[in-house]
Amino acid sequence: MFDTLTLASLPAADEALRPAIRALADEAAAQASADVRARSWSGFDPAFSRRLGAAGFLGLTLPKAYGGQERGPFARFVVVEELLSAGAPVAAHWIADRQSAPLILNYGSEAQRSFYIPRICRGELVFCIGMSEPGSGSDLASVRTRADRTKSGWRVNGQKIWTTNAMHGDYMIALLRTSGTSEDRHAGLSQLIIDLKAPGVTVRPISDLAGDAHFAEVFFDNVDLPADALIGHEGEGWKQVTAELAFERSGPERIYSSVVLLDAWIAHLRGMKRDDAATLGLVGDFTARLATLRAMSIACTARLALGESPVTEASLVKDLGTAFEQELPVAIGDDLAAHPEEAVDAELYRTLMFVTHVAPSFSLRGGTREVLRGIIARGMGLR
Amino acid sequence: MNEFLEPFERMLEDIATPAAVRAIEQGSSIDAMWRAFAESGFLDALVPEERGGAGLPLSEVQPLWMALGRHAVPLPVGETMIARALLADAPEAPVALAVAEGAAVVVPCGLVAAHLLVESGDGLYLVETFGEPTGVPASLAARFDLSPLPAPVAPAPEGGLRGLAAILRAALIAGAADRLTAMTATYANERVQFGKPIGRQQALQQQMAVMAEETVAARVASQLGCVGAFPPALVAAATAKSVASRAAARIAATAHAVHGAIGISEEHDLQLFTRRLHEWRLADGSETYWNRLLGASRLTDPGRSVDYVREAFA
Repeated sequence: MFDTLTLASLPAADEALRPAIRALADEAAAQASADVRARSWSGFDPAFSRRLGAAGFLGLTLPKAYGGQERGPFARFVVVEELLSAGAPVAAHWIADRQSAPLILNYGSEAQRSFYIPRICRGELVFCIGMSEPGSGSDLASVRTRADRTKSGWRVNGQKIWTTNAMHGDYMIALLRTSGTSEDRHAGLSQLIIDLKAPGVTVRPISDLAGDAHFAEVFFDNVDLPADALIGHEGEGWKQVTAELAFERSGPERIYSSVVLLDAWIAHLRGMKRDDAATLGLVGDFTARLATLRAMSIACTARLALGESPVTEASLVKDLGTAFEQELPVAIGDDLAAHPEEAVDAELYRTLMFVTHVAPSFSLRGGTREVLRGIIARGMGLR
Repeated sequence: MNEFLEPFERMLEDIATPAAVRAIEQGSSIDAMWRAFAESGFLDALVPEERGGAGLPLSEVQPLWMALGRHAVPLPVGETMIARALLADAPEAPVALAVAEGAAVVVPCGLVAAHLLVESGDGLYLVETFGEPTGVPASLAARFDLSPLPAPVAPAPEGGLRGLAAILRAALIAGAADRLTAMTATYANERVQFGKPIGRQQALQQQMAVMAEETVAARVASQLGCVGAFPPALVAAATAKSVASRAAARIAATAHAVHGAIGISEEHDLQLFTRRLHEWRLADGSETYWNRLLGASRLTDPGRSVDYVREAFA
């Protein structure tokens, strides 16, 4: 079953990137407390992203002709693993590097590629993804926000929501209805690149339960876009978005969301010199599963490296990975509170509670658990 | 694709049919099936070339062990491969593996093995089998009280015999899990209730998706167990057996949940695999046994968790 997910190793040439990216990641993260490092995904630091670009750590899968490194998915795996494991702030380049640039490379015109990709590779552009709407969550094909043809291009009206980084964003790649109605489902959808500075765009940040505001509502009121805002082919938006989601679901980011907490807890156990059987068993369980998930994620990366779009495999690794990420704060909270004789320092406590509070999002973003399991079931030949 | 796997699978399809597995479980002679393995040369897969074996690395034997699990082979084939790699003068007959720690031990395939290779302290001992049936119907496991022992025949392998047995068990679990997941998806597409195949029910689809995830995790963990040298390091053996054992009970549960009452019957082949998953989970250390050892090792390391697992399998 799913035999293509088989053990693969990171090529030595890509592994060789590790010391340099580790030095940069540590420089950005070493001074930060664990609860700040646990916010690696939402940590917004444009200067750090530019440093990564200048050092050649962005655009690793992209052609040199557009400013990329032409190294492939394994190199990206190494770099992303180091950034997340250190808890470095990645939000200022994350989406653009992971999915916007590959999407533009695959479907964009020559002019779009030359305009956007080199700047993404330099860490200068912040992209966001315009998929969800108030009435369209998991049922993405029901989007209503429209782009209608005008003499000079397109006019956009409607609203997106839960858009990560929209308030910092330069551009949004939005899934919009360009013909028909939401009854037409997958047909009539297209992707357009929207300049978030354009007149008629309003961005309103949404505060979350952890005291952060990393996502936003975005309103479009007669926003006029040039004809070349369309990316790929009109009406092909669904197909393009599916390929884009494979990039979003398949990286090591889907197993490492709680790893800063895991390391902070292990440091606590070492400090307390705890070595009872229950503690050792819990540490060993997490370690064995982390080792296996990492190998599964590398196996998925190997499919990307072969030029495949491993939609089912990526869903499988993401679902198992997010279950692990979500179980960590539950089990660690139980462990710490089962030892009232041990002082838990404030930083570890804040880190635990931050991860506990945001953990539900791990199996929402990039496709809910139930949607992913539906994809896996189809891959098993069910339905 | 492993060049040995295809002929091995073909042989298993011929000799280890569900009927042949049941016959041995009911007490029929193992001779014909064992002869097929002995004549195939696969029993010497792990024996170094200078001793006349194939000298295969563990990573190439892992798919063969998985195939044994996929066919519920009722003989200690993987165990004999390990014994032959460890002993210069290994017997021709089937060998089972055990670790003596003062208490009686339940050994899979103990009833059909002619010899038991026992680790005690830092030595290996070879004894004629004298195991008692466990009393569990159709099980080929036997219960052994391992004292006293004769003179040792070899030093214990580095890391211990249990680690070797654990990576074998993990691969057998991964193979049987693979078979069960395929059987379950097929059954769900065929069985009609409420006017449609039950595989169209979202509630069952979600359970089977998780089953597939656990199956892939068990396989990849088993591959990690076999990625290094013979015998495996503690981290490799622990990762493989912990993840595979944890998956085993869950996969067996979902396989039965989807099959309903027919899966509980003797007549259906499901039980050939689910009974083995439970037996292999308990053999040579459950998930918690290995988690404790792995946890103790992890806590001696001051570094990051990702570095720990990365360096362990580098």
